[in-house]
Amino acid sequence: MNTVVEKSGPYTHGANSIQRTMFTVLAALVPATLFNLYLFGWPAIFLFAMTMAACVACEAACVRIGGGSPANAIGNGSVLITGWLLALSLPPWAPWWVAVVASVFAVGIAKHAFGGLGQNLFNPAMVGRVVVLVSFPVQMTAFVPPKPLFSAGAPGFIEGLGVTFGRGVNLDGLSAASQLGFVKNELARGVPAHQSVEQLPGLGELMWGFHPGSMGETAVPLLLLGGLFLMWRKVITWHIPVGMLGTLLLLGTLFSAIDPGRHAGGLFHLISGASVLGAFFIATDYVTSPVSNGGRLAFGIGCGLLTWIIRTYAGYPEGFAFAILLMNAMAPLLDRAFRPRMFGRTLKGEPLPLGKFK
Amino acid sequence: MKLFPIMGGIHPEHRKDLTSEKAIVAMPMPATLFLPLQQHIGEPAAPTVEAGYLVKKGELLARSDGAISAPIHAPTSGRIRAIAEITAPHPSGLPMPTIILESDGKDEWTDLPPPIDDPFAAPPQSIRDRVAECGIVGMGGATFPSAVKLGLGTQRKLEVLLLNGAECEPYLTCDDRLMREYADEVIDGARIMAHALGAPRVIVAIETNKPQAIEAMAKAAAATDNVTIAKVPARYPMGGERQLTQAVTGLETPARKLTADMGVVVHNVATARAVHDAVRLGRPLISRIVTVSGGAVPNPGNIEVPLGVKVSELLAFCGGADGAARFVSGGPMMGQPLPSLDVPVVKGSSGILALTRAETRESEPQPCIRCGSCIAACPCGLVPMQMAAFIRAEKMAEAVRIGVQDCVSCGSCTYVCPSHIPLVQYFRYAKGRLATQDRERRKNEQTKALVEARNARLERLAMARRDAAARARAPQPETAQEAGRIAP
Repeated sequence: MNTVVEKSGPYTHGANSIQRTMFTVLAALVPATLFNLYLFGWPAIFLFAMTMAACVACEAACVRIGGGSPANAIGNGSVLITGWLLALSLPPWAPWWVAVVASVFAVGIAKHAFGGLGQNLFNPAMVGRVVVLVSFPVQMTAFVPPKPLFSAGAPGFIEGLGVTFGRGVNLDGLSAASQLGFVKNELARGVPAHQSVEQLPGLGELMWGFHPGSMGETAVPLLLLGGLFLMWRKVITWHIPVGMLGTLLLLGTLFSAIDPGRHAGGLFHLISGASVLGAFFIATDYVTSPVSNGGRLAFGIGCGLLTWIIRTYAGYPEGFAFAILLMNAMAPLLDRAFRPRMFGRTLKGEPLPLGKFK
Repeated sequence: MKLFPIMGGIHPEHRKDLTSEKAIVAMPMPATLFLPLQQHIGEPAAPTVEAGYLVKKGELLARSDGAISAPIHAPTSGRIRAIAEITAPHPSGLPMPTIILESDGKDEWTDLPPPIDDPFAAPPQSIRDRVAECGIVGMGGATFPSAVKLGLGTQRKLEVLLLNGAECEPYLTCDDRLMREYADEVIDGARIMAHALGAPRVIVAIETNKPQAIEAMAKAAAATDNVTIAKVPARYPMGGERQLTQAVTGLETPARKLTADMGVVVHNVATARAVHDAVRLGRPLISRIVTVSGGAVPNPGNIEVPLGVKVSELLAFCGGADGAARFVSGGPMMGQPLPSLDVPVVKGSSGILALTRAETRESEPQPCIRCGSCIAACPCGLVPMQMAAFIRAEKMAEAVRIGVQDCVSCGSCTYVCPSHIPLVQYFRYAKGRLATQDRERRKNEQTKALVEARNARLERLAMARRDAAARARAPQPETAQEAGRIAP
């Protein structure tokens, strides 16, 4: 009897799979997302569903064009993460077409035009966000204060449909700037940062998300919990989150100590905007970040540095998406620069000096 | 004992409980044995028998042929049917010259060489000679002739014999059982080996997932003054020579060096028992303990198998292997796939596994998602996903630059890959390609050298001919003289 030998060993395999990895990430996002959907009510729920649906549809179309199996592609969960993160990065009351445009650019251009899963240079969700942020600045900066589901003044189901799919609501009376935007605007008006920060709700309240912003800019403790869960499950390592949040904290603390009128503090930077979501869930995207731990640490530091620079000196109040995309472009270089040391060799690849057993 | 961390590594599902509590049982002698002339690294053995010869158990069938080679002995008494080409237990499925021995059922021993009464007083060379004479090879699966490896101390000062009882491969429990049931023999064999090496100390390294083996070995070691037990963490590939050396001594073997250069020599526990048998009893290596396991085997266990038993017969002894998706010789991580079940058990067969589809978890490869798991798992500090990408594009020079030749094919990267990419297969392919390129380059150089030599020779010939012709044309002294003599 002859048996088939067409494949080299090993003839056993760990239980890990792409699907398992991706669904672990989704599970880690669930608590924060549920809290956010509650916080921003029906329009947020509709926008979230719309973004997910648009991304999945786009994935199916692209995979079909490429001759693959749409069911398999969607089943591995990677597009669900893209859609999910994209939805979290949009203002919760944004109209449906913003979600669709962002999804098409995220999945169709950033991911599939580059060759699909594993081939994209840039983080798809961030490409989607940046395209709509640059194209539709009005819609993308119209933030509303949270109106928790079923609370007084919160839009009902039908009203919510109108916000997302109708002709939109006049947000003039409702809209407000996000905290980072507020501090930046106040600074432009000549109000020093340490004073404008005083006018915002306390750090504790900010942390929970009772302030205007994108969905993913709230519920910091729950996002942190999800991030720690991912580390515990060994889906991500500490290098990117620590590199990024550490840099933000350090720069914020340092510069606000030097010039409190010009710079917000380190803790404020950590819990504002998408710092935590980005550090644990977006910058850690496997495909678009470096593969070695050294590279990851450098990548995280770069993300933190660029975020702080853009927040502080550039026109946009929140620079996280730009920082990620710029660092994505650096990832191949970081891969080259930070290779692990080979066994028995120095970092340069020369054989180690010979030791002696004593 | 102070231990040191190793690079990378994984915790595969060990599945050792299938056989770890099964005591070693001897397999009844089958009617026919098949003994390939090459069961070791190096030159094949040269037969000393012919078809029709009657041999006794333990008699020499083929002698060592070359500096790195090992002899082969009769596992039982009987008649040589033939020396024929039989499928070898190698993934290629190619045939190899094999001695076919028909058992006479008597299992009669030949006259064995006398025991070496006090091996510690005997010159080390006599121990090495006995080990060579008895056909002992590295029994962890590497099958390097042990006598050669016991000679590493002749040119270096060795400090320690590191006895490898890690057994980090999943499923395998043959070393575990051996240490539990033959602890005294193993310790004695190890001390004899240390004497042959000129190493004053022995450290036995055993993974902590084998507490009974640790206990038994510690008890056996207590009677000696130079053997200690190191409880190393269970982490694949702890049993790799360099990994084990690092875990126990903290020394990282430099590239292109041997552990022996640092004063450490690693031998397997089963080899130590074989050395004990050879030195104390004069017995050659004619059987080994094999773990027969896997979900498709109804009665898995640890079997003392005469060398040369066909795998199909061994599996039948264990109740068959219906529904197996893969047959592997050795462990599932680094073992070799079996091209057929009609191949014999050889000196390096530590395990015969019949694995079901549920156990192998084979799956279609997906695109790499750059998760970096392979990098974290690599015990050699390599970047497997990048090497595979280069190899896929046939960029062998790039793959070499980032270390494909440093890969030990342990399979850790492939085991953890969520995309089921057959990384090791890429690396084996690359190493094969590089070896071929190397051979071709050397062949070309040789051809070039030969051609140049031929051209030079022709040139010399032509020059000689030209000279001769020139001399023929020129007036030659003798001729002139003759002419002169005639002329006057």
